[in-house]
Amino acid sequence: MLLVLAVLVLVALAANLMVGRTFYPPGDVVSVILGQDVAGASFTVGRLRLPRAVLALLVGLCFGLGGVTFQTMLRNPLASPDIIGISLGASAAAAFAIVTLQVDGPVVSALAITSGLGVAMLIYLLSFRDGVAGARLILVGIAVALMLESVISYLLEQAAAWDFQEATRWLAGSLNSAHWGDVVPTLVALVVLGPVLLASGRHLDLLQLGDDTASALGVRVERTRVVAIVAAVGLVAFATAAAGPIAFVAFLSGPIAARLIGPGVSLLVPSALVGALLVLVADLAGQNAFDHRYPVGVVTGVLGAPYLIYLIVRSNRTGGSL
Amino acid sequence: MTALVAAAAASVTIGSRDVDWSDVVAALGGSSETLAEAAVTKRIPRTLLAVVVGGSLAVAGAVMQGVTRNPLADPGILGVNMGASLAVLVGIAWFGLTAPSTHIWVGIAGAGISAVFVYAVGSLGRSGATPLKLALAGTATSAAFASFITAVVLPRGDISDRFQSWRVGGVGGASFDTIVLAAPFFVAGLLVCLACARGLNSLALGDDVAAGLGERVAITRGAAAFGAVVLCGAATAIAGPISFVGLVVPHLFRMLTGVDHRWLLPLCALGGASLLTAADVVGRVVARPSEIDVGIITALIGAPFFIHVVRRQKLRAL
Repeated sequence: MLLVLAVLVLVALAANLMVGRTFYPPGDVVSVILGQDVAGASFTVGRLRLPRAVLALLVGLCFGLGGVTFQTMLRNPLASPDIIGISLGASAAAAFAIVTLQVDGPVVSALAITSGLGVAMLIYLLSFRDGVAGARLILVGIAVALMLESVISYLLEQAAAWDFQEATRWLAGSLNSAHWGDVVPTLVALVVLGPVLLASGRHLDLLQLGDDTASALGVRVERTRVVAIVAAVGLVAFATAAAGPIAFVAFLSGPIAARLIGPGVSLLVPSALVGALLVLVADLAGQNAFDHRYPVGVVTGVLGAPYLIYLIVRSNRTGGSL
Repeated sequence: MTALVAAAAASVTIGSRDVDWSDVVAALGGSSETLAEAAVTKRIPRTLLAVVVGGSLAVAGAVMQGVTRNPLADPGILGVNMGASLAVLVGIAWFGLTAPSTHIWVGIAGAGISAVFVYAVGSLGRSGATPLKLALAGTATSAAFASFITAVVLPRGDISDRFQSWRVGGVGGASFDTIVLAAPFFVAGLLVCLACARGLNSLALGDDVAAGLGERVAITRGAAAFGAVVLCGAATAIAGPISFVGLVVPHLFRMLTGVDHRWLLPLCALGGASLLTAADVVGRVVARPSEIDVGIITALIGAPFFIHVVRRQKLRAL
């Protein structure tokens, strides 16, 4: 199954490079990637589609990995960073840096990750009262997310010219401004933080058994938790700084991967792949399937929100957890 | 005691207008008298709209909290405002509805549909509509509607401006014409809600007790919900989705005056009017020379309050 997912991701990546207003055969795409000059394709594929597709792949991996880490750790699919406001915290900081302060590069990433961590801590503290109940954490997170949405709206309104594209990027997520400058920090984050999460993957799974059992099994509970939170927030924040909080990808990847893979296996790698697949396919559809070009976050939002409602309906009906 | 609170609420409203006018005059101190007057005449309908919309949303919130017996109910959180927005937007974008009067009908229809939907989703299962389930269903529905709204607006450059002032909620574009158009809906919704106040008191005791007291539970609940939907649908149709007014105000007055809906609803009307007017004034003053939309201010005030209510509740773990 894992192999099938990986192949699907590669196919989607290739499709994103070939398909567009003009179709380029695989041969042209390969020669462009190898650095050869192909009339027309060099610009369209090399300059436009390649960074966009690579960024889609990377942010998808980041969101999938970061989302499932939170969901596993808090034992609740609704506790994903895009629902409890962590992505929006990073997005607000990135929007502030880019739109208001007009800086770019490492400053944006630094602000985004600081703000993401700050929001995560704030939600944890606000929902702490004789321990953190899952339900309270989620409701507090929803309120924080609503507040951050207002902050982003305000920041964008204050910007010199209201730009709907820019607004969509910071509220829903978009790859329209993708360039290599965005790709590099995201890639670095993934290369550094991804292995950290994967290394602690087994411990994370053990945490699901409860803190006492996990520590009896030799897991250093608090350390594992802190490392996982920092790494997951980092991944989400870097991806958000590059492409905005692409709606519902972090939330959807884990449950979909769980359906595909089944119980008893670590979900980290499968959900990262599912996340990448979601972003790549959604962007392909948003760019080509309709008369108008839709940003990727709008496509994932239209698909993801009904799925969220479905999950809630199902869990309400059976009375079980999501 | 209650009269005092009512007077205080009313004086807040009037006071904020007064401050506002002198502000305007001071800001335009050097300029001619007519300019200040022009500014003030623009502000009268705006203030009136804030009063009407704020009052409606607060009453709608109080009724929804009563009907669902749920402390987190609010037209914004339950997705009802977003449903009204989506309906109005679809009307504008695809059916070429331009007359504000049709907006109100469409908005009320959208609010009604989404209210029924959210309540149906939230009350599935054995334990009925718990606060958490309703809030989650509302949030998910809001998110879905918001995505659809973006998808409808994006290809249409011609309506994106109007959408923008709408999305965060605005009373800035007020005119007497729209207020007059919407007035019957506000009056009707308010009267229905007030007429249900006694019934809501019985409902608060639980369905069985209410039925034992001779209350026709289903009818009362339906009528009250209808009144609330009319109020928030009309408010959203002319001012956009404004969250949290319907959450904050009823809680405040319940703390101050107790839970009798016959007092609570009129007080909420006054208090909501005061709150939204004050929020509008704050939005105009804080970020001079530009403005902050009133919806942003209410979210910044209301979200911490929501967290406070959540922290006080004993929530069933999910």
